[in-house]
Amino acid sequence: MSEAKFAGTRLTGAEILWATLEGEGVREVFGYPGGAILPAYDALRKFPIRHILVRHEQGAVHMADGYARASGKVGVAVATSGPGATNMVTGIATAMMDSIPLLCVTGQVSSKVLGTDAFQEIDITGITLPVTKHNYLVTRAEDIAPVIREALLVARSGRPGPVLVDITKDAQQGSATYDFAASAPEPYRPHPMLRAEEDSVLKAAELIRSAKRPVILAGHGMIQSGARKQVLALAERLQIPVASTLLGLGGFPASHPLSLGMMGMHGEAWVNQAIQQSDLLIACGMRFDDRVTGSLATYAIYAKKIHIEIDPAEINKNVKVDVALIGDLAEVLETLLPHLAPREGESAWMREVNAMKGECSVRDIQNLPDTGHLYAAHVMNDLWHATHGKAIVVTDVGQHQMWEAQYYKHEDPRTLITSGGLGTMGFALPAAIGAKVACPEKEVWVIAGDGGFQMTAAELSTIAQENLDINIAVVNNGYLGMVRQWQEFFYEKNYESSPILSPDYVKLADAHGIPGVAVRTRGEVLPAVKAARERKGPFLINFLVEKEDSVYPMIAAGSALHEMIRRPGHNPLIETAQDV
Amino acid sequence: MLHTFVALVEDKPGVLTRVASLFRRLNINIVSLTVGHSEKTGVSRMTIVSDASPTAGHRIMASLYKLENVLQVDDVGQAACVSRELALIKVAATPKTRSHIFELAEVFRARIVDLAPESLMIEITGVESKIEGLIQVLNESDDRILEISRTGRMVMRRGQHTSRVLDAMRVPSGESESEPIAEDDEAEITEEADLPQ
Ligand SMILES: Cc1ncc(C[n+]2csc(CCOP(=O)(O)OP(=O)(O)O)c2C)c(N)n1
Ligand SMILES: [Mg+2]
Repeated sequence: MSEAKFAGTRLTGAEILWATLEGEGVREVFGYPGGAILPAYDALRKFPIRHILVRHEQGAVHMADGYARASGKVGVAVATSGPGATNMVTGIATAMMDSIPLLCVTGQVSSKVLGTDAFQEIDITGITLPVTKHNYLVTRAEDIAPVIREALLVARSGRPGPVLVDITKDAQQGSATYDFAASAPEPYRPHPMLRAEEDSVLKAAELIRSAKRPVILAGHGMIQSGARKQVLALAERLQIPVASTLLGLGGFPASHPLSLGMMGMHGEAWVNQAIQQSDLLIACGMRFDDRVTGSLATYAIYAKKIHIEIDPAEINKNVKVDVALIGDLAEVLETLLPHLAPREGESAWMREVNAMKGECSVRDIQNLPDTGHLYAAHVMNDLWHATHGKAIVVTDVGQHQMWEAQYYKHEDPRTLITSGGLGTMGFALPAAIGAKVACPEKEVWVIAGDGGFQMTAAELSTIAQENLDINIAVVNNGYLGMVRQWQEFFYEKNYESSPILSPDYVKLADAHGIPGVAVRTRGEVLPAVKAARERKGPFLINFLVEKEDSVYPMIAAGSALHEMIRRPGHNPLIETAQDV
Repeated sequence: MLHTFVALVEDKPGVLTRVASLFRRLNINIVSLTVGHSEKTGVSRMTIVSDASPTAGHRIMASLYKLENVLQVDDVGQAACVSRELALIKVAATPKTRSHIFELAEVFRARIVDLAPESLMIEITGVESKIEGLIQVLNESDDRILEISRTGRMVMRRGQHTSRVLDAMRVPSGESESEPIAEDDEAEITEEADLPQ
């Protein structure tokens, strides 16, 4: 059935919900039923919308999130009132911190009993107020279509973000005349402070022309704005090296000669050195998070700063900038580029940066002899080779997340999906489900730590039920590794509550009808990856890696970006790792 | 430093919470907040006075604009504007001590709006300093203040940069721009024009 068939007819609120979503092009939703949302579930089968039944509502939101990050479309999650709604909160906050467009629909008790502590009543619009871009409480069937349409518009426009719509049970049960076209929202009202004034553009162009040591900082905004072409043009025209934030990885092709890689706390030394020595930073859709700046007092003190950003509230928030160009990155660059003439040949600056690279590459895992130990870095490197850097990799939070960012070289936007701002453990498995549903033709890998995987492992069952072709790599180091690393560096190796027991993941997968293997040596990595890739349907690999390895380089919280903790010793991998 | 914002917001449930929550989130104290109808139906006008670092103005304004229900924000800062506050002050007074309070009220152009055997109520409108002046004089003259209710500051820009209504009337620009702009403290002219009710 299509929404056109319903137009002008009387429908229940529940039917209006789905008809409107269908009209907006939504074909997949992630959810979990319950009393207050049952009328909506009852009406679902009349509509060509696929519902993926999750195992926990947090998972539903992460799935919608992964769906949005992989596709660029708004992800939709559905839950019941009370505990269903509160279970969504972590997922919503995760999306908020990373500016992901989501629509979360929750059921609510009947409007007649609102505010009476009725069974499973919770003030979810109040609870989610600080973690949503906007939210709505709907108490009448006739408001559902306009609110849903407006909510989707709000979620995807400007700086995107999650929007929650709380619909009372009586609004779902009531009826109203459905008219999709008449429910169209007012056109999006751009932030009135959005402007890249002509003189700012000219000033930026002048700064870029006269810079000797410029660096482009490519953030998540580059991917969200779809500004690869423009950033490539800027970088290539003036031979400017490009450093990426964690969420910016994939925006600029990693194999490009001007690509430096990831900046910040676990960025490569040459990237952070380049930033510290730079005389001009061109920040493209990023927000100078503390994880990328280190100590603000010592951050890029020789550099002038140009900040191109869609959210005016980000300007001068953390780092004081010289020129702010407020607007959509691709559009702003389009106005800037005509003012910049091409520069020929490799610059002295680029030669300098490449020389810094050379010094650091000794720590490259491939240059080390195979000692029989399995390091997580081996896994990432081999996986990158096997998948030609083209898979969608969904990472969890911890050491493995940083190793993936260092060793898996992403070529394309939307191929690294990870929780950056909130750092939500348990994100990877459900987010990968969303990514696979959004892009069924793409190869999808989960890379999760043994800690984070156990937080949302229940979604294995969702993968089995939907028979999704997702490859799962558990990087099993027997520790909450990143916590252990901090304890090693800053708490005298007091490993309090960081060793963690795991179930036998291969057996766990097997219990879900999912095949899997355990890998203990480097030689087994590629065959296991091959088996996973060849198998149609889910596959799990339990990588039993070195237990006490650490992520290097590292900038301790509050230190300057160039004060990196480096791997100790000559053949440091072997020195820091423990013999098994 | 005190920052004063005028915000036009949708008149809907929960909007005040969103605005207040923004200041809470930024850990900025709201010194005063007045809300009421504006010249447009469905649109409320807020005057928000907050105490924040001198550089916080841009961030607060940009963040206010991010709220979907906020239509327009003006950081009136140092701009020429009329600023008013209304206060009701109840003072302990017997028939014997009343008359000198009447005199005080006269000096401050305040009005007595309620009279009881043991107290009286003063209504005063003006800039904050004027209201504070009256309160101070009352305290110093040993009159016991029983209750004070203050509305907080309401602000409107002078001249053509003020409300949207004037904007809509399209006063040709330049003409009024060149007009001398009265300063806040010289606002007495307007006050004198206040008609006794
Ligand atoms: C929900 C949540 N709780 C706690 C943390 C703090 N934390 C960050 S990394 C980490 C350890 C992760 O361990 P694991 O999943 O095994 O990954 P590893 O670091 O070992 O690769 C913890 C506990 C977090 N980021 N998220
Ligand atoms: Mg671990």
